[in-house]
Amino acid sequence: MKISVIVFPGSNCDRDIAVSLKKFSKQSPSMIWHKEGSLPKSDLIVLPGGFSYGDYLRCGSMAANSPIMNEIIKSADKGTYIIGICNGFQILTETNLLPGTLIRNKELSFICKNLPIKVENSNSSFTHNYLDNEIIKIPVAHNEGNFFADQEIINGIKDKNLIVFKYCDKFGNTNDESNPNGSLDNIAGIINEKGNILGMMPHPERATDKISGLEDGEKFFTSILESIQ
Amino acid sequence: MKSLVKIMPKKGVLDPQGKAIEKSLNQLGFSEINKVVQGKLIEIEINTDSEDEAKKIIEDASKKLLANLVIEDYEITIIKEN
Repeated sequence: MKISVIVFPGSNCDRDIAVSLKKFSKQSPSMIWHKEGSLPKSDLIVLPGGFSYGDYLRCGSMAANSPIMNEIIKSADKGTYIIGICNGFQILTETNLLPGTLIRNKELSFICKNLPIKVENSNSSFTHNYLDNEIIKIPVAHNEGNFFADQEIINGIKDKNLIVFKYCDKFGNTNDESNPNGSLDNIAGIINEKGNILGMMPHPERATDKISGLEDGEKFFTSILESIQ
Repeated sequence: MKSLVKIMPKKGVLDPQGKAIEKSLNQLGFSEINKVVQGKLIEIEINTDSEDEAKKIIEDASKKLLANLVIEDYEITIIKEN
């Protein structure tokens, strides 16, 4: 099993994701600098959270044009599993590997909280160890996590069951009150149609250790690692 | 040659920054102001004397990086220098 974590200038969750991946896969991922023109053969590629290029212009827009992204787009076409968390999700939408985009939080404030998240689709390669509609607690930390797309795209996402995670309250209600950032349909994470690419704003890598107080990210990692094998 | 690219949120896209500015202006007493939209203005110098070529280059740059067409529209103005 070969895992690559892409490191951009301003990435700051690259180490966290590497620690979580190592914990569950028993091997260290390769850390790949974004300027690399080639990618080692990978079964899973992770774009970590952070503030690549200082969030200049639009979050993820510069990183989406990094040299390594050509290789990632090629791998995506071949069906390699790709995960984008937070800034990684923003980068995936900027490269059009995932539909829609992430705009400024509705209330304009940075949200840093442990939030209840509903597993909307537990059939994906990234979530099959969760129960359907399971409510988990995962940290979010973002300023631009407000998922937006036009109606046609949103309809497509819904019809094809591509919504994987939704913001909810502790009872699992997904409504305006349990929507922290204004995301359309309370969307917190989606997959692509082929099912090999996932983007999510919450940080499962910050919920894999008792010390952090949360362990609900564990099934996320065991799901995708089992899918690879 | 110089070019200005004006990038504005598409109609219907939530613009929380514009809304916040609007509220502030209202609180300052500008009661006549009822709609504020915030966008970006980018100034670019291009090494060409051809207006057509400059337009083509900036159009390409706008699509590839400067604007996100899911949420933004762009407008290019070429400024001829004397």
